[in-house]
Amino acid sequence: MPEEVMSLGSPARQFNEELLIRRIRDGEHDLFYELIRPYERRVYSAALAILRNEADAEDAAQEAVLKALKHIRQFRAEARFSTWLIQIVVNEARMRKRKEHAHMIEPIVDHQDEEENYTPRDFADWREIPSETLERKEVRQRLAEALASLGEKYREVFVLRDMQHLSIEETAKTLGITTASVKTRLLRARLMLRDLLAPGLGGNWSSKLFFAKGTKPW
Amino acid sequence: MVVNCEHVWREISNYLEGDIEPDLQAAMEEHFRGCKHCTAVLDGTRNVIQLYGDERMFEVPLGFSHRLHRRLEENMPGNRRSLLGWMVAAAAAVLVAGSFEVARSSVFSRSELRSEHAQPGTGVPPDMMVVVSGDGKTFHAAGCPFIHDKAHLQTIQAREALRQGYAPCVRCMKKYLTA
Repeated sequence: MPEEVMSLGSPARQFNEELLIRRIRDGEHDLFYELIRPYERRVYSAALAILRNEADAEDAAQEAVLKALKHIRQFRAEARFSTWLIQIVVNEARMRKRKEHAHMIEPIVDHQDEEENYTPRDFADWREIPSETLERKEVRQRLAEALASLGEKYREVFVLRDMQHLSIEETAKTLGITTASVKTRLLRARLMLRDLLAPGLGGNWSSKLFFAKGTKPW
Repeated sequence: MVVNCEHVWREISNYLEGDIEPDLQAAMEEHFRGCKHCTAVLDGTRNVIQLYGDERMFEVPLGFSHRLHRRLEENMPGNRRSLLGWMVAAAAAVLVAGSFEVARSSVFSRSELRSEHAQPGTGVPPDMMVVVSGDGKTFHAAGCPFIHDKAHLQTIQAREALRQGYAPCVRCMKKYLTA
């Protein structure tokens, strides 16, 4: 029924998600495309940030979307659909990560004591962000590398809070940790990323983003 | 109240989220005026939040959307949709997204409030990081359920949000509204 889909597609943004979900539950399954479309990029990026592998991330993202479709009746209207969806993605990605855990090397920063105060390493001035910064593939690549270099527990919190815009409480609930832990890890993740990026984005790119095997970035 | 550098680093995240007591906020602002190192940390941390909160950071592999829709179609209850039908819908969405971006960029040049009914707010910490959406009229704390158009969110400084005509959200930014 392309006509119906097109009429839904053009004003899709105006459609209330609750109404869409109600209609999907009532059997109009095709509307799930409309519901999911605005979140495709976020779903993929959340999976990628956790799994750090494009093929695995795409597979996890697809599985998560299929699970969202399958369990759409379990969605509670008091939550945001985007939050519910991202929670499914995070669970899917973490489950895959756990399965592979035995074969993976722990990031060095995961051993760092969370309670220990973080001291910035670098005080490079980084006042302005050039407007074209994110248009440059090289810069996006550096940002992705910096994020990937964080320990898992810091990366997860940062992704949910600062990239997916979940609240502190939603982040805590998704990861099964306290709000105090979310705040501590978030602070550390932000400061570590600043330390990694400021010398490059504030001035010239340095080689600090690339660590020799076995060396401690922090 | 006087704070040292270590104290500032511990609280810098909360400071940027506007999640600290007024006296600590004032003490940190005083500290920033005299400490280049902490100002550098503040600027850099704010830039990190802004860069990673930008939707342009989200890149998907070529063909991702197509492959996702194909898998969905294979698993759709009833499996009645044709791929051609979906591609037509996707093309329409691209056109809609394009027109949305054009509309958004034209609105950004305005400096007055985006909503004639909104209040401008007072005492909003200019350094606080807030979330806005392209077609929204208000700025929010991250996670606020009142955010519209959740697929097009951007994290920016409160001063920039105010400059672009966004008003404080009546729910999550209530303390900055006078009436």
